[in-house]
Amino acid sequence: MNHNDDRVLQVSDLRVTLEDEDVLTDLSFIVRRGEVLTILGPNGAGKTVLLRALLGAVPYYGVVSWQEGSRIGYVPQRLPYIKSIPLSVAEFFALRQNGGADVGKMLEAVGLDAESATKSIGDFSSGQFQRILIAWALAKDPDVLLFDEPTAGIDIGGEETVYGLLSQLQRERHLTMLLVTHDLAVVHRLSSTVLCLNRRPVCMGPPLAMLTPENLRRLFGTEVTLYEHKHE
Amino acid sequence: MSAFFLSLTSGVFIGAAAGYLGTLMLSRRMALVAGPLGHLTLPGIALALVWGFDVSIGAFPFVILGVILIWLLERKTRLPMEALTAFVFASGVAIAFLFLPIEQVEAALVGDISRIGFLGTAVSVLTSLAIILVLRRASPRLILVNVSEELAAAEGISARRYNLLYLFLIAVIVALGVRMVGGLLTAALAAIPPCAARNVGRNLKQYTLGAVSVGAGSAALGVVLSEILGYPAGPLIVLVSSAVFLITVPLAR
Repeated sequence: MNHNDDRVLQVSDLRVTLEDEDVLTDLSFIVRRGEVLTILGPNGAGKTVLLRALLGAVPYYGVVSWQEGSRIGYVPQRLPYIKSIPLSVAEFFALRQNGGADVGKMLEAVGLDAESATKSIGDFSSGQFQRILIAWALAKDPDVLLFDEPTAGIDIGGEETVYGLLSQLQRERHLTMLLVTHDLAVVHRLSSTVLCLNRRPVCMGPPLAMLTPENLRRLFGTEVTLYEHKHE
Repeated sequence: MSAFFLSLTSGVFIGAAAGYLGTLMLSRRMALVAGPLGHLTLPGIALALVWGFDVSIGAFPFVILGVILIWLLERKTRLPMEALTAFVFASGVAIAFLFLPIEQVEAALVGDISRIGFLGTAVSVLTSLAIILVLRRASPRLILVNVSEELAAAEGISARRYNLLYLFLIAVIVALGVRMVGGLLTAALAAIPPCAARNVGRNLKQYTLGAVSVGAGSAALGVVLSEILGYPAGPLIVLVSSAVFLITVPLAR
């Protein structure tokens, strides 16, 4: 296979300006099929803005080129407005065109009961809700998953299983994933490549090689030490 | 056809369409946006009353003008949207009172649906039906854009396009609503029925049906009460829907 054929995403000279301020600049990278790219950076580094630009939800300069036919699933950090209307899980899935996929089956795939489909979105904990969002993204059978801060708003127990779920999904579905995080443990456990971002790229490469004290200091601006720990 | 039947018919359709659109406005925490826009229509209503043409036709260009003005000022000044809305709607009310004949003040402020003719009723019914049909078709995507523009973008839905449609529908409903409840009370038509339906609805279907029913039912009862009691229909319609809302409060979860 031609090496270029497995490029799922190519970003060249990306620049995003919000209210006359560059929130992202000089960003170029490539994501290949099956790769798990984590986007690491402090708060305000432009991580979420990058995902929004990749989705085309914010105007940008430069090139964002997805492989033709890519099906992109997106798991947002949270949906603050969703609880202001009564919406059952099945109705949430039906908002999508052709969204009538087997909702119960999708829910079971992320560790929830199929009966949850008839329950109101407002009745779920934040951890369960994140699973619903993952199921929602998976329902369109994506080949790429964009995930904004998998850890946000989830207790330790729940967090552990969302990580487990993500690596399981990646293995079973051969998903290409882009995960935004500020959590070094996520980078280490899940990713094949890390993009360190603080409004501009700081480093990019395999986590073990990239997460040096020097790079982390450049990224976070303070002394950060990575305690590597093994998980089975 | 009797004036009572005409006002009842147009009231039911406008109330239903406003309640339906209101379910989306509530989901976006924009329930009150119809208020300032209603106030903005007052100069248009005043012109219509002075020159004797349809109030909705007078109101519509002013809503559109107001939306554009708020959008332009926001871009230029970066002031908060609500501050600019205050500026625009207060100016609207002030301009209206410069040339609104005193005997027409009540009709402008709280509406007078009893004056509606056959043509006005036909236009109201058809426009309301068009709004309902557009909403039935577009509401899944409108809700998705309301919930998250990124989630919508991942589905290939252009938030900008749907936001424009959404604002346009609000402008149309305000122009229709002023005929029924006047420039002061339009916000209530879109805001109160969904609030009542939110209290009792357990899912989207119940919520939507509830808001449409409360909107249509309040308008019908308001027009009937107006016929019996001799008070203007506008305030009665709003009071009926407020009463329904209060009754549903104990049922809220």
